[in-house]
Amino acid sequence: MKKQTKPKLSERLRTWDAGSFDLTEAIDPDPPVPVTEYDLRAEDLPPLARLGDRQVRGFRRIYPWLAAILAAVLVTILLSAVLDLPPYGAAENPPHNEVMERYVARGLAETGAVNTVSGVILDYRAFDTLGESHVLYTAATAVLVLLLSASGGRDEPPSVRRIMEGDPILRNTARVVVPIVLLFGVYVILNGHLGPGGGFAGGAILGGGLILYVIAFGFEPMEKLISGRVYRRGITAALCFYSGAKCYSFFCGANHLETIFQNGTPGAILSAGLILPLNIAVGLIVALTMYGFYSMFQRGRI
Amino acid sequence: MLQSLWENRVPVAAVVLFAVGFTTLLLHRNLLKKIIGLNIMDTAAYLFLTSLGYIAGRKPPIITDGNTDPSAYVNPLPAGLVLTGIVVSVSVTALMLALTVRLYERYHTLDLDQIYLMAKDEEEEKR
Amino acid sequence: MSFAANIPLFSIVLCLLASAVSALLRARAAAWVTRVLTALVAFGSVLVLLMGIKNGAAVTYQMGHFPAPWGNELRFGILEPLVSGIFAVVLLSCVVGGNKELQRDIEPAKQNLYFVMVDLILATLLALLYTNDLFTGYVFIEICTIASCGILMIRRLGRTTLAAVRYMIFSLIGSGMFMLGIIFLYSLTGHLLMPNLKSAVAALWASGESHTPLMMAMCLITLGLCIKSGLFPFHFWMPDTYGYSTPCSAGILSGLVSKGYIFLLIRIIRCVFGVEVFYASGIQTVLYVLGIAGMIVGSISAIRENEVFRMIAFSSAAQIGYIYMGLGLSPALGTVAAIFHILTHAITKPALFLSASRLVEVSGGRKRFKALQGAAHRDPMAGTAFAVGSLSMIGLPLTMGFIAKYLFAFAAFRENRLLLPTLLALAISTVLNTFYFARTLIRVYNTRGVTPVPPVRLRAQPGFAFAAILLMAENIACGVLAQPLIEMLTKGLSILE
Repeated sequence: MKKQTKPKLSERLRTWDAGSFDLTEAIDPDPPVPVTEYDLRAEDLPPLARLGDRQVRGFRRIYPWLAAILAAVLVTILLSAVLDLPPYGAAENPPHNEVMERYVARGLAETGAVNTVSGVILDYRAFDTLGESHVLYTAATAVLVLLLSASGGRDEPPSVRRIMEGDPILRNTARVVVPIVLLFGVYVILNGHLGPGGGFAGGAILGGGLILYVIAFGFEPMEKLISGRVYRRGITAALCFYSGAKCYSFFCGANHLETIFQNGTPGAILSAGLILPLNIAVGLIVALTMYGFYSMFQRGRI
Repeated sequence: MLQSLWENRVPVAAVVLFAVGFTTLLLHRNLLKKIIGLNIMDTAAYLFLTSLGYIAGRKPPIITDGNTDPSAYVNPLPAGLVLTGIVVSVSVTALMLALTVRLYERYHTLDLDQIYLMAKDEEEEKR
Repeated sequence: MSFAANIPLFSIVLCLLASAVSALLRARAAAWVTRVLTALVAFGSVLVLLMGIKNGAAVTYQMGHFPAPWGNELRFGILEPLVSGIFAVVLLSCVVGGNKELQRDIEPAKQNLYFVMVDLILATLLALLYTNDLFTGYVFIEICTIASCGILMIRRLGRTTLAAVRYMIFSLIGSGMFMLGIIFLYSLTGHLLMPNLKSAVAALWASGESHTPLMMAMCLITLGLCIKSGLFPFHFWMPDTYGYSTPCSAGILSGLVSKGYIFLLIRIIRCVFGVEVFYASGIQTVLYVLGIAGMIVGSISAIRENEVFRMIAFSSAAQIGYIYMGLGLSPALGTVAAIFHILTHAITKPALFLSASRLVEVSGGRKRFKALQGAAHRDPMAGTAFAVGSLSMIGLPLTMGFIAKYLFAFAAFRENRLLLPTLLALAISTVLNTFYFARTLIRVYNTRGVTPVPPVRLRAQPGFAFAAILLMAENIACGVLAQPLIEMLTKGLSILE
């Protein structure tokens, strides 16, 4: 690979330094990598020997041994500790203590959630989950920082287009599947306090449905529904609602005040106090983030 | 020894996976494989955590028929914790992949050693 | 319960709200949100601190309608609000003082996202300080990791992206270990709440059962946090991370983020493992030895470095070594010294990074020492800030660094443990510190062979002047009036358990 020689490298990289912020400019007009990754051959990759650093080459030679030894040592150490743990699946293990008992025995009465796990993560230990949705938000922001390009993004690579466009099997399947997937996602979100499901699972399903739609029909029709502005506002609104509602609930709980939220009849769709709205907020965040990840990776904008 | 291996079969599998993932993350030079290693490591931790909630012969913790007897269900807490962990893992993976994309667009390779050498060259040239 | 007890919750939620809203704002507005936010958090911390001093005991704050082992809990006495207040002020000065470089290094459309990350970092630092639940700690550690990576890689240099990848790899290994440690502890004790864990761990340790997994859990948690805070020999990510990020990020990462992890470790040693168990396990000796090794290796690497940012970064590795040496030395005075050094470093390092970046700026943007000849005359304010920071790192009287070193030596004398190695390490490291900081100081104040240019006016850089004066004032004030601060730390540490 002659492109990797030194002066050429600096030339290619210069566009990237301060002053020019466009990601697309950094890409070679004549990229050394073939258009689709399927065409990539081993000899296209630059041989390391030519880059020449003795240290690195030496490390490569011992790498398999080093890795094997390290893994073996780690396994041994960890195994010695694991063998002393309480046996798997026994009812008298330490984790099954009074904490678990109250979650199951009184969870229904205290949180109104039939699904105990939902009750635990959205009511008993809601602070963790508040942090958790912000993990997702932080990652979404970080990906935005990394991949958002200043020139308003690029179109999808032609290779991807070529594969997707005019594929009748994909389109017709998507036409049938996408509505079902989206409906199922909504069901899982709304059912979070009643049975298996919840905002995280349902949001991931919704996001998957959106991505499938975009793969089949392209980004243009989707932009009418989720533009960059809708994406940002949606996430901010959901997060603000989540933080605000939980702050109110924490505040009331700590000061022994009653909240305005009622638990309702267990098993009814409108029950379990805050859990349903929180599940919707979480579902919104997760679905938008999943779609946002795909869009950012695919074309550098939302 | 063998008996305790069998008694703790799920945690044992989890720590073996953890070690494999850890080694890959630490020592592999290909960025994508590092990310795969990271995912194996995280998954192993979640497998371990999930296994702590399991109690043989009990049902999932979704209250059915108004039966709120704790001895009928498995422990719901580890499931909740794992849910949190999975979200963390997804986020971190997305971030690492985005970093990989950016490095690849700049240096046209996924090999960390080569990227390092090129970055060093670049630094030298600037001086 | 007095109203002040609600302030930690409000501070955390306010940070989260600010971060969510900042994504929609313009860069200037987002910057102001962050400034107001940090000021509010600092003010709130003072109120909580006053409450803590008045009560003389720690307050537990129930998060929601369910008491502790079922719900989450915050806990704060004297130490937590004190540290959070200082962190908030340092964050404020970083953001204000590094603003010019931010505008240079970050493309305009993404500057608001930078402040999103900074707000999140403040939220996680507060949560790490206040939380009384180990798993909550893990969740917020992860936010902190991702947000730190965010403020690092937002500068689009190839080297910075590479540094971010390395930082992430080390951080992820650290958090993976931390997670596995928590799982071991949970499997053994069935608790996640700190006080419950502590009694369970003490009982388990006394009974002698399951000794190996317990040791494993303690090792994994300690090791994970050591890797994340950059203790020798896990400091390899430091020079690139601090050296190639924008100065504001370097200040935040070196001064606050790594300190947040160490503070969490101190909390865990006190409130989860328990002092008796931890200091009988032998881990503290490893920390002590690694700390001393870090002090010396970090300083030697700093001497060999010929770029100012990387030199300061290596010096960070040495300072982290000091903190771990104190932790390993003794649970009482040694830990007080370590916490004091955490504060010293949190106040000094950002000042050094910010002023060094100004010095580089007036020297034509070159980071090599040769280019910095006489730079302090071109920008007197930056020169002064750099000098005060350097002297504090060396440990001259009137600065915090002096008190910190005095406290380390005092701890070794008073408790008569490891006296000789501690003093020797302090002496060697001080000589090494003096060597490279004095060398740099002489370089920036020596005008030989430099054509004089009119110095940069204060008015031309109000943000930096504000930050530099604030940090210098804090440094000197804490150095001169150290006695009440040390008393607060000692008292706070005693009610931490």
